[in-house]
Amino acid sequence: MKNFASLIKTLDSTTKTNTKVTALAEYFAKASDTDKVWTIAILSHRRPPRPVNTTLLRQWASELSNIPSWLFEESYHIVGDLAETIALVIPSNPLQTDKSLTEFLEEMIHLKKKPEEEKKEYLYNNWKALDYYERFVFTKLITGGFRIGVSQKLMTKALSKATEINEDILAYKLMGNWDPKTITFQELILEENENDYLSKPYPFYLAYAIENEVHDLGDVQEWSAEHKWDGIRSQTIFRNDELFVWSRGEELVTDKYPELEKLVGIIPNGTVIDAEILPYANNIIGTFNDLQTRIGRKTVSKALLKKTPVILKAYDILEWEGNDIRHLPFIERRELLEKLFQTISVIENLPFQISETIHFNSWEEVAKERERAREMHSEGLMLKRKDSHYLVGRKKGDWWKWKVDPLTIDAVLTYAMRGHGRRSNLFTDYTFALWTTNEEGQKELVTFAKAYSGLTDAEFRKVDAWIKKNTLERFGPVRSVTPHHVFEIAFEGIALSKRHKSGIATRFPRIIRWRHDKKIEDANTIEDLKSLISSTSITTTE
Amino acid sequence: MKNPLLQFTDKGIYCSVAKVYLDPWKPVDKAIITHGHADHSRYGHKSYITHHRNVPIIRHRLGEINVSGVAWGQTFTINNVKFSLHPAGHIIGSSQIRVEHKGEVWVFTGDYKTENDGISTPYEVVKCDSFITECTFGLPAFKWTPQEEVMDSINNWWLENQAEGKTSILFGYSLGKAQRLLKYLNPDIGKIYTHGAIENMTEVLRPLVDFPATTLITKETKKQDLLGNMVLAPPSAHGSTWIKKMVPYVTGSASGWMTFRGARRRRAIDKGFVLSDHCDWTGLLESIKATGAEKVICTHGYSDIFSRYLREQGYDARTEETQYGEEETTEIEEKIIA
Repeated sequence: MKNFASLIKTLDSTTKTNTKVTALAEYFAKASDTDKVWTIAILSHRRPPRPVNTTLLRQWASELSNIPSWLFEESYHIVGDLAETIALVIPSNPLQTDKSLTEFLEEMIHLKKKPEEEKKEYLYNNWKALDYYERFVFTKLITGGFRIGVSQKLMTKALSKATEINEDILAYKLMGNWDPKTITFQELILEENENDYLSKPYPFYLAYAIENEVHDLGDVQEWSAEHKWDGIRSQTIFRNDELFVWSRGEELVTDKYPELEKLVGIIPNGTVIDAEILPYANNIIGTFNDLQTRIGRKTVSKALLKKTPVILKAYDILEWEGNDIRHLPFIERRELLEKLFQTISVIENLPFQISETIHFNSWEEVAKERERAREMHSEGLMLKRKDSHYLVGRKKGDWWKWKVDPLTIDAVLTYAMRGHGRRSNLFTDYTFALWTTNEEGQKELVTFAKAYSGLTDAEFRKVDAWIKKNTLERFGPVRSVTPHHVFEIAFEGIALSKRHKSGIATRFPRIIRWRHDKKIEDANTIEDLKSLISSTSITTTE
Repeated sequence: MKNPLLQFTDKGIYCSVAKVYLDPWKPVDKAIITHGHADHSRYGHKSYITHHRNVPIIRHRLGEINVSGVAWGQTFTINNVKFSLHPAGHIIGSSQIRVEHKGEVWVFTGDYKTENDGISTPYEVVKCDSFITECTFGLPAFKWTPQEEVMDSINNWWLENQAEGKTSILFGYSLGKAQRLLKYLNPDIGKIYTHGAIENMTEVLRPLVDFPATTLITKETKKQDLLGNMVLAPPSAHGSTWIKKMVPYVTGSASGWMTFRGARRRRAIDKGFVLSDHCDWTGLLESIKATGAEKVICTHGYSDIFSRYLREQGYDARTEETQYGEEETTEIEEKIIA
């Protein structure tokens, strides 16, 4: 545990990628095999289930530190991280502990089934005996979610450095469904094992947003374009008469989309398809908002299946006849995909379509197609070099996303909340409002969106200082502020919604700029926002 | 109903019997000043009364002012109100102000800390009926480690950076924190360079405290001279071109705010040291208890939370708005990154 805590401390106290990779590689070089497996699991978000819920954690932490629970909660709001708050308020009396990370995690796994009294005693003993940073890490292991600026990619890089195994191969090994409780380091990393690969997806190839003018990409003949569909990027695996659906977040989501089972036996074994999962009620591609009703559900009811069925809109094929074909040029892969589609499209009502490539002879034609994105319910276009391989991770050069320009509106800051992690103790999470006319004919502000990104650190600090001086009311972590500042808010999509007070749901709202030049009277109205819907196309969600 | 001995007005804390303000934030005729930080000693008062040790500090900062210095515990009477200054332990020359009239005693702390830092005269408990306290760090999350341990880790950090051939840049407020750091930096490790603001202030304080030698960074200072050595800089220098010329360097900051992991990362500082010139949670509670005061007024800091806790502990506690705390929130929150 000491080594792990000190690793986390190092990772947490630097912003430099190289320092992080070196620290991780050094850790991997000397840690025990089981500790290594657990470290990989934790840093790739495969922690064991939470043994104690946070309500109890908070209650016990305030008891042990002898402060009233409201004071613990206030401290938590200010610190912004539960494990950090607990580590800070508990009086410390550190003893040396030689227990390893693995031992701690095994204890936590067993703890889950233990009676409450025993859980409490376990936490008390460890909280008291660990030093500040160990206590923080220990509590983090319980609450989960180490957000310390270590991406899976960075970890893989370090692991590659320590094991001298190629980074892409490691990325592949680390994907999928493995259990840190049972798998050994040998099995996970070192060994080649065919059977394990049954459900394994390939690492996703992700694109950056285009940086310059599209003309700078060169000869238009070397490029292929298609719509960038607004659903869930997925990888669908057909092997051994089984279906595995992976989301881009590397989550196995097969059970959430039972309608895709239909494709088993039709799409041959040994096939892996890169596709977008899209809502497709009444043979029309829906909006992301429609899909949202499917994402959160663990079990999918028949009614929901009927109301919001999904299809795969296929972009690419990564495995064919059991062979990894990611090294083939994009157009050759597309030919295979189109051939496959042709053979199976004779069967009616299959939840499978192909994402059509767009024919064009000039960049102007592509640009024109991009203008149609909103009406097509896509986010814009994807540009792919015809001879590109299917690469690993986010890479520049061969694939670019060329999204439509976002919709924007000027809104008034009305509420603020402290941020988390890096931004704790700063008010960085904002709620914005637009004007409307109430029943008495008076103008009033109605909140319509929350946003917490888009300003520079310096701007956030200015807004934060202003908020602290212009608070009207406090509601726990939230403050209402004097309506004074106008911000330009951008968002990707817009839909009518009964769940929202304003009657409108926006997709991925974020701050574009602080409009110092505008007074609150100059902010837009709800009607302005609604008029943006008609300029796209109307969809209703509940 | 008669006015309380000390009132909170839009100009500052006011004693109407003596017609004197304590640390006023708007120009007044007569001001008693706790210490030299800009949020407590402002421009424009007709006369200033403060401790001897603070006189050179505010002269340096405010220029030619009408100021008289008094000693610790020396009583001076204005309109039958007895005033005296007592050490607050915050920075060199920082005082609490004791105010007595008709048997009633009030104490205004200004800023204070209970740990003896070895350069500021240590905090002294002053018995009183009403205690006006700061509570910059009035949350149970704040607990300080002894200065000696913090300074050891700072010196070790310097050694590590030196081994890697890098310059150590340590940020601290130019009055107070910088001198406290300077006093305990180990000059055997290397040379200690300073930013102009710190050099000038330290020069003012050298007659009062024995500090290690410092070298002012000038245009002539070469980058290679700095390698492996220490640079003391005010938080406002962070991110400036002045600093950027010193590559390769590592930055550190010494402040109570460094308690929060987020605070350090947000300011893009490599290393945070938790070292404060204010009381931590326990320090506040213990000193309030020791004064024997029944009434407690909480000024700058987490005052709402802190006073609520005090009320639950049986104190008659409340919050008053002041314009103090700028030294922490403005200097540190703003300038560190500016």
